[in-house]
Amino acid sequence: MHIIVLVKQVPDTAEVKINRETNTLVRDGVPSIINPYDRYALEEAVRLREKHGGTVTAITMGPPQAAEALKEAVSLGADSVVLLSDRAFAGADTWATSYALSMGIRKAGPFDLIIAGKQAIDGDTAQVGPETADMLGIPFVAYIRKIEKVEGKLMVAERLMDEGYDVVETTLPCLITVVKEINDPRVPSLKGKMKAKGLQVKPWTAKDIGADESKIGLKGSPTQVVRIFPPAPRGQREILGGTIEEQVAAVTKKLKAQSLI
Amino acid sequence: MDYFLTEEQLMIRDLARQIAQEKIVPVRQELDEHNRFPHEIIKAMAQADLLGIYIPEEYGGLGKGSLDFYIAIEEISKACLGVSTTYAANALGSYPLLLFGSSEQKKKYLPDIAAGRKLVAFGLTEANAGSDASGIQTTARLEGSEYVVNGTKQWITNGGEADVYTIIAITDRAKGPRGASAFVVEKGTPGFTFGKKENKMGIRASCTTELIFNDCRIPKENLIAKQGMGFIVAMKTLDSSRAGVGAQGVGVAQGAIDEAIKFAKQRIQFGQPVTSFQAVQHMLADMQTMTEAARSLVYAVARMIDGGAKDISRPSAMAKLFATDTAMKVTTDAVQVMGGSGYMKEYPVEKMMRDAKILQIYEGTNQIQRNVIGLDMIKEATRAK
Repeated sequence: MHIIVLVKQVPDTAEVKINRETNTLVRDGVPSIINPYDRYALEEAVRLREKHGGTVTAITMGPPQAAEALKEAVSLGADSVVLLSDRAFAGADTWATSYALSMGIRKAGPFDLIIAGKQAIDGDTAQVGPETADMLGIPFVAYIRKIEKVEGKLMVAERLMDEGYDVVETTLPCLITVVKEINDPRVPSLKGKMKAKGLQVKPWTAKDIGADESKIGLKGSPTQVVRIFPPAPRGQREILGGTIEEQVAAVTKKLKAQSLI
Repeated sequence: MDYFLTEEQLMIRDLARQIAQEKIVPVRQELDEHNRFPHEIIKAMAQADLLGIYIPEEYGGLGKGSLDFYIAIEEISKACLGVSTTYAANALGSYPLLLFGSSEQKKKYLPDIAAGRKLVAFGLTEANAGSDASGIQTTARLEGSEYVVNGTKQWITNGGEADVYTIIAITDRAKGPRGASAFVVEKGTPGFTFGKKENKMGIRASCTTELIFNDCRIPKENLIAKQGMGFIVAMKTLDSSRAGVGAQGVGVAQGAIDEAIKFAKQRIQFGQPVTSFQAVQHMLADMQTMTEAARSLVYAVARMIDGGAKDISRPSAMAKLFATDTAMKVTTDAVQVMGGSGYMKEYPVEKMMRDAKILQIYEGTNQIQRNVIGLDMIKEATRAK
């Protein structure tokens, strides 16, 4: 199997400041790490490789220092890495990022599966996974908490939902995003760290991946951040058990108690 | 203190520290209370390549030296001596193969050991053969192409959990010390079973059992080195591992100091943190000075071994003796610094104190270490005359 993992380098803390004029993140002086959700994605890819054989490629788009995130990915088990880095990519929103990633992935060669974290802890949009899948024209499944089996061109997995989970069957190649319930990521290996230390990451530019210049960077980004606000908290919820009759009786009682009926 | 460790040694230290913090510290109390073997932790350590540090690269290890290995032992010991005993005993069990194994034996066993697919145990001690290894009763009788092993080994670390056992048995009692031989026995061999699991004072995450051999037939090829070399194999194995027990002592001592100072800084008595009292400062100063001296000795011996020194009996005995006596004193003092809290299971130092005691006992009691050192001194003085 060739498994590609989407990795994003993010600031190491929730203490990041926001530039109120541009509504973008101020990243200066904040240490960077691999997006924690991507650690689960990488671990799952490495486990699949250990089980089925093959290779794991970690890919990221970012400034030259994003190579550090890729080196960390190697220490955690990735076989090879792709760094998309070019001034022309700067200012990309999720759409332009997904386009660049999809072009980079095409250049990286045929693949069976792409895994990403469910979202990044800085932007929290959860958009790059599905958008990349769409641009590659492959199926997408979000919130995978368990891969039950991979057989030939078929994968069966569990998708975490608010209440319980769905069992999903999909064809390969596809792109999945994973939640933290999927595994317990390993610590780096010494051999991996030694390999990472000597690794020279040569970035691929927009030209290298044959990207259309109107679709990358700020130019290719239709998103405008109009306002940032926390979502309204969800109300109290309760799931009733028992037979239908018992549930109806319980609902009736609760509604009456609130003087709603 | 700066020991001028190499970049790779620092890498090993940081990685072992990460495993200790992320995988060991959160569960060490539970492992201790329930006498539970740390399967998940050993798996994580294997994935991180820590089980192959001292095994040559040609057998899938990292091909590093004693110092590299001791650095890992020290970090793991800071967090839990039970886990570190499992880890260190694995090396102890593999030394006979590493030092004396044939190339076929090395090829057969070392890659699995380096990758952590197979754990190892060393079987020397018996009910009547502890400090006095000549009291061994277990026998191995050559019958055609097989050895038939009979007897019981006692207090064997990793017993039952290990897949590979290196043991010492008597092949010819008439020959005295030259009548013992070393063998490798695999778990699952008919006639090889495990006795009771010991209920220990400390290092309770490690597993200690009897090994029972009842007409256990092993192929002749399982003999390590030559027939009659059993005691040499055992002694050289212990020479190689002893300073590693010293590294365990340094680790648990440092772990206890770190806990004690953290606690003492925020413990208020008479309106001020207890660290403001000279009585406490002096205790902490002595604890750290002793531990640093122990670390210096352990590292110096490790560098001596890695430098190819031939006779390491005395230095490794000194490293083991000093570092483990230090560990006992420092962990006891850590409990004292923390007072009533130190005595409670909410804090890890009472466990560290219970755990530390074994270091003065196993792999040669500290009295035996003094014998080794003293006799070697007398031998040297006699030679000099």
